[in-house]
Amino acid sequence: MSNLAQLPKHTLSHLDWLESESIYILREVAGQCANPALLFSGGKDSIVLLRLAEKAFRPGRFPFPLLNIDTGHNYPEVLAFRDYRAAQLGERLIVRSVEDSMQRGTVVLKSPDELRNKHQSVTLLEAIEEFGFDCCIGGARRDEEKARAKERIFSFRDEFGQWDPKNQRPELWDLFNARVHKGENIRAFPISNWTELDVWQYIGREQLEIPAIYFSHQRPIVRRSGLLQPVTELTPANPGEAIEQMMVRFRTLGDVTCTAPVESDADTLEKIILETASTTITERGATRLDDQTSEASMEQRKKEGYF
Amino acid sequence: MSATDHLPETHMAETDAGLLRFLTCGSVDDGKSTLIGRLLFDTKTILADTLSAIERTSHRRGLDAVDLSLLTDGLQAEREQGITIDVAYRYFSTGTRKYIIADAPGHEQYTRNMVTAASTANLAIILIDARKGILTQTRRHSYLAHLMGIPHIVVAINKMDLVDYDQAVFERIRTDYLSFAAHLGIKDIRFIPMSALKGDMVVDRSEQMNWYSGPTLLDVLERAPTAHSEMDEPFRFPVQFVCRPHRSDDAKLHDFRGFMGRVESGRISIGDAVTVLPSGKQTRVKDIRVLDSSFPHAYAEQSITLLLEDEIDISRGDMVVQSEKSALVTRQLDAMVCWLAETPLDLQRKYLIRQTTRESKAVIATIGFRVDINTLDRIAVERLEMNDIAHISLRLAQPLSIDAYAKNRATGAFIIIDESTNNTVAAGMIL
Repeated sequence: MSNLAQLPKHTLSHLDWLESESIYILREVAGQCANPALLFSGGKDSIVLLRLAEKAFRPGRFPFPLLNIDTGHNYPEVLAFRDYRAAQLGERLIVRSVEDSMQRGTVVLKSPDELRNKHQSVTLLEAIEEFGFDCCIGGARRDEEKARAKERIFSFRDEFGQWDPKNQRPELWDLFNARVHKGENIRAFPISNWTELDVWQYIGREQLEIPAIYFSHQRPIVRRSGLLQPVTELTPANPGEAIEQMMVRFRTLGDVTCTAPVESDADTLEKIILETASTTITERGATRLDDQTSEASMEQRKKEGYF
Repeated sequence: MSATDHLPETHMAETDAGLLRFLTCGSVDDGKSTLIGRLLFDTKTILADTLSAIERTSHRRGLDAVDLSLLTDGLQAEREQGITIDVAYRYFSTGTRKYIIADAPGHEQYTRNMVTAASTANLAIILIDARKGILTQTRRHSYLAHLMGIPHIVVAINKMDLVDYDQAVFERIRTDYLSFAAHLGIKDIRFIPMSALKGDMVVDRSEQMNWYSGPTLLDVLERAPTAHSEMDEPFRFPVQFVCRPHRSDDAKLHDFRGFMGRVESGRISIGDAVTVLPSGKQTRVKDIRVLDSSFPHAYAEQSITLLLEDEIDISRGDMVVQSEKSALVTRQLDAMVCWLAETPLDLQRKYLIRQTTRESKAVIATIGFRVDINTLDRIAVERLEMNDIAHISLRLAQPLSIDAYAKNRATGAFIIIDESTNNTVAAGMIL
């Protein structure tokens, strides 16, 4: 290894490399798919996706609309941010809601307070059918969860939206294969290779706006099975539980009912990056009530058509 | 500070040594999962809740110590079988460099998974059990790593703790491997004695092997060149997407025609003479853009928008190349392929070939020979089945712009798609 001694001059930094790969993936979606959509929730990962899409397609418009599946239990600040960011970009935003699926009878909750997160799959599949999308671009990352570590960047779903971990297309080099028959579709994950820290470093570098609840703020909290549960109208304290006013922030944003904040005084991007770099708990371990049900619960949801 | 200031000029090489993709080859028995677990553990990548989960599992299975191999345990089906059956990707960072590990299985029937994992790797770690020495699978892994064009091979002679850290064992395996590798033509090989289980020579050095003065595994990883940073390849720019905003409200954009893609190799500067393939039309680079910024140069692996001096009809699938060092435009090619699908190759059928961003119908004209990857013997065959590696000749309906894979991994690689299922059925390396 004679050339090991010094790095050549034009090595991209890891963020530049990741950014370029993601732009490449977005352009492959645009080049190969007839009718894609980008899933935009207002969360940090999809905020990064929008920045990458700007770099991939400006000065043109995005070759896809933005799509959000609203559970009806999202934090209002995040929905407001979603609408604000879509309008700022001048791109089309489509919102479909789990509550509409409930009214249609395609989503039936086992109990009124059942977590709605997994039911997003039904509404997503209905939206895919309504608009004839052949590809949905999502912000999932392989570092989030074991089942995602083997997910392809272009992940094939059959006409029931099912992911079959044993029947995925081989993915070699950067030669992505997004071909589908009618009714089937592809989920494309441009930031597959990013970690939580990469996402925050990129948000910091690009100075991207994010919903305020990612920053430290005071919030009424109860402690429940090792996690912090925000006290809201949807999630009141149980009788006998002590409500504390705590400085917290969200590491990940989902339903009010299943996303727990972490104790934090990080009120700037710089502090969030430092905190993320030195954290001792995984993103989902600290924050997701729905993934703790069983070790294999993400895998199960993906098989059923989840992102 | 605008983000685009980062692009071509400031490479942050002092503080950020980029991203290295590497591959681990070996079977469960060689301690591959333990090695990956050790790398993650010793670089402090494993977080407390993950660690406590594997601690619980280790205790449930009656183990005394934490089994680091559980970290790379994957999906349900595999957990049931107790083996890895597909490629899994793992991430860690040392503060100066980010790593993506492609975890490829060692079992014979999964050649296709190793080929897949190897396709994006720039370095391969080949694990050898010090007690067993070079096995058939060692030859197989080495051949495949070489076939897939991985420029750097690290032979990790593992389980040294089980041979009393004996230097003679290490030296013997090293000598055996070198004589075999000379046969393959692998150029850059390093040998590291280690015990992934005990943590010797993975991240930390070892008191047990003072006879070894070479680098640890992590030392090698920290200094290995990343992809595309070592060969001086000519400029190749496959067009992914053409941007024509036609914005009537903005006079500047009315005639804007940007060719969007990633520089797959080489570098380009404003004013450079370029040729568009397959048409062969020539022009010059007018501008290199990302968002609102213009850059004088762009380098391999950067995604950019290229503006050209002359109005030439260019669409997705065309390739912009350096005029003095053009690629070969051809309707037939020879290649080594790995058949990936359960359905065997059918010589009667037409397939679709995708190389860079271009597609063409193709027929396989002849199968030259199949390579027995255990013995490297060439065998005459009539058909190809899953996991077969073979030499084939293809005839194409549309011309492709190609380089030999050995010269350029981006423009020398292709996949074959079966249009009836849309499945990716083969991976090819152009000769």
